[in-house]
Amino acid sequence: MISLPEPKAHVLAKREEIIAGLRPLVPESGVIAEALRLRPYETDGLSAYRQPPMAVVLPETTEQLAAVLKYLHSHDVRVIPRGAGTSLSGGALPLADAVVVGMMRMNRILEIDYADRLAVVQAGVTNLGITAAMQADGFFYAPDPSSQLACMIGGNVGMNSGGAHCLKYGVTANNLLGLKIVTIEGDILDIGGAHLDAAGYDWLGLLTGSEGQLAMVSEVTVRILRAAEGQRAMLAAFRSNEVAGACVDRIIGSGIIPVALEFMDRPAIHACEAFAHAGYPLDAEAMLIIEVEGSVAEQDELLDRIRAMCAEFDPISLKVSQSAEESAAIWKGRKGAFGAVGRISPDYLCMDGTIPTSRLPDVLARIGEMSDSYGLKVANIFHAGDGNLHPLIMFDANDPESFHSAEQFGADILKLCVEVGGCLTGEHGVGVEKRDLMGVQFTETELTQQRLIKSAFDPGWLLNPAKVFPLLAA
Amino acid sequence: MSAPPDEAGIADAIREAAGRGEPLAIEGFASKRGMLRPVQAAATLSTRNLTGITLYSPRELILSARAGTPLAEIEAALAEHNQHLIAEPPDLSGLFGEPVAQSWGGVVATNLSGPRRIAWGAMRDHVMGIRAVNGRGEVIRSGGRVLKNVTGLDLAKLLTGSHGTLGVLTEITVKVLPAPEGTGSLVIRGLDATAGVAALAAALGSPFGVSGAAWLPAWAAAGVPALGEGSATVIRMEEFPSSVTYRLGRLVGDLAAFGASAMLDDAASRAVWSAIGRVDPLRPEAGEAVWLVSTRPSRGPALLAASESAGARGFLDWGGGRIWLAGPGSEALHRAIGAAVRAQGGTWTLMRAPAPLRTAVDVVPAEAPALAVITRRVKASLDPAGVLNPGRLYAGL
Repeated sequence: MISLPEPKAHVLAKREEIIAGLRPLVPESGVIAEALRLRPYETDGLSAYRQPPMAVVLPETTEQLAAVLKYLHSHDVRVIPRGAGTSLSGGALPLADAVVVGMMRMNRILEIDYADRLAVVQAGVTNLGITAAMQADGFFYAPDPSSQLACMIGGNVGMNSGGAHCLKYGVTANNLLGLKIVTIEGDILDIGGAHLDAAGYDWLGLLTGSEGQLAMVSEVTVRILRAAEGQRAMLAAFRSNEVAGACVDRIIGSGIIPVALEFMDRPAIHACEAFAHAGYPLDAEAMLIIEVEGSVAEQDELLDRIRAMCAEFDPISLKVSQSAEESAAIWKGRKGAFGAVGRISPDYLCMDGTIPTSRLPDVLARIGEMSDSYGLKVANIFHAGDGNLHPLIMFDANDPESFHSAEQFGADILKLCVEVGGCLTGEHGVGVEKRDLMGVQFTETELTQQRLIKSAFDPGWLLNPAKVFPLLAA
Repeated sequence: MSAPPDEAGIADAIREAAGRGEPLAIEGFASKRGMLRPVQAAATLSTRNLTGITLYSPRELILSARAGTPLAEIEAALAEHNQHLIAEPPDLSGLFGEPVAQSWGGVVATNLSGPRRIAWGAMRDHVMGIRAVNGRGEVIRSGGRVLKNVTGLDLAKLLTGSHGTLGVLTEITVKVLPAPEGTGSLVIRGLDATAGVAALAAALGSPFGVSGAAWLPAWAAAGVPALGEGSATVIRMEEFPSSVTYRLGRLVGDLAAFGASAMLDDAASRAVWSAIGRVDPLRPEAGEAVWLVSTRPSRGPALLAASESAGARGFLDWGGGRIWLAGPGSEALHRAIGAAVRAQGGTWTLMRAPAPLRTAVDVVPAEAPALAVITRRVKASLDPAGVLNPGRLYAGL
């Protein structure tokens, strides 16, 4: 279990005063302090950890957010930024003496400009909400995390979220133009804007993926893209993980970059098929979902070339989607993978390490060995083109022994990722979950440097405490 | 000049300089020394002897090289495997005088990208990992050699484009991509800037994946072979050859309202976009200054017009959002351009200017006061003694 810092006694002692001081800063109903109504905020997507906050405050404008942060800063109160609470790494886990600042009421799309290919949205707009607002006109916002129906763009910025299509379109950091941020001291700052590549330091790049350690985001200017003429997926099923991995290498090495290239192992295929009925091959050890874009003729040409390459690897089956409906079914299985695993196991931990793609086969083999030795099942689903693994470790949260083993198993997988030249987290963030593993990837000097930069933005360490950085001895 | 043979030597040199409180000018091959503000430092520290590609895995789309590796060596190694640097970093030796090779560290430290940036991202978008030495002489790594990594604060992005003021890059790892099999362009002649940018916006807003979108006034187009008479609105496609043909064909139809299009074949297209990337059309005279402006694309024409009425001339890239400007190296023009950018929104960089001007004026826009406070703290966290390229980006920092 992760240790959390002691609550500040002087803050807890002034709980009523602090709550009363927050009330005038936001519209009525914007401050939540009753125990029962705090319950929904006690955890996020990493539900094994729970801790109700002292209070929740829900600003509706940037100015209100600034007033709230300024007030909390002046009272030395810790702040937990929260979007939809979908973090899989405990990025929105509260502390007992902290105030959760929830962004869900800042959910307006402020501007969409097709000529300049950008949209300005408040932090509480959902990821899919951005695309939904422009889809009819043929545009979209590219990063597409699996949680996109619920997760909010502010959280995407905080975690530098990825998705299934970042092999071609990049992650959140590659699709932002500007941010409006509020510092812990309550200053409102514009970072970047409607243009590319700010002169001066790349604050936009530093803030993206900073997990709420540096500032809170209130508005985001995103790049939007015109969708390709069409896209189509195909399934390729193989007799072993090694063969499927070699096929991924072959495709990338040929000069074709599919818009998505997803890998599922046998347990994942079975879980997803039972959920989505997408026609996944149940006799396969490994399966690839490969998607290409372009006109119908271009799709045909690319899929012909990919199919010929797959055929070199003795596939069990190759199936090219014949319609938009078939492609949608293929993606339904993949995007519903976490829920699908949830149907066959009471609980699961979703890991998120990244490895060099050349190490896929041996890393999967070692995960298999660990699965046997821990006695816990694991399903592997990942973005094969970029080596971002998502092993889902199945366990029973009612059995403390099982949870403990699952955490150990997960830590071993992440250490393996670093050992083979990869990293602890590809897109879910460090949060509380991987905080104590940071020393595996970074030297103490490197962590100190990162802490100093955090201190430059947040000298009192009030923003999203106990995340990202291992706790320092008091 | 000190040019240690390895990272440890760089670290020693910085630690010693910090101990003495003596500033260092940080350079690779000094090809872009003329950018921004001159560094006042008695000593120069060069990364030129940190050479060599340390990792290239074409199937993993990843390349690492030490900071002093010549850019040309990296491009040649990629070309052998039909891959390329995604951001198309430009050769600006034409702007900065004698042709000098660019170092890998310098390309990343200046975050300069070419025409393809509009579609595929800047240098900073593809930096996957760095090794660097901070102002305390400590080696720090950020990111790594994998394509997706959100572990810890992204110092790789912070140091990319920091012009050697926050740390000295010693090794940089980037994502690379297969080079397109074919390229081609279409040119619409005779449009004014506003119509040209509207045509570029229509092309960039099409489903066809345009990877270059520039507008050149007649005087600028005249110096580029194949662009011919009149202003040129140029749109590039990079794809499989059959797709280049198909997609350019579709664009000709979609853009018919803007006028007749001429096609540039693969060779002509490559030549035109190299020239645009090198900023050849600008042809600044000796003593003239050059500014690089980034703005909202639809504001490009108004910003260009305002700069022209103040005495500058320029052309547009990135669909109108990037403006290369040249003109007299005077403080009056410099301030007028700064004011024009403020009015339209965006940012600017003083790319080159006579030494007295670039010593005296801001070389990038000043930050808002509350941000400037954070900037000073971040600089102090990385370079407490202030020895790394002091003043290059912000006066007194």
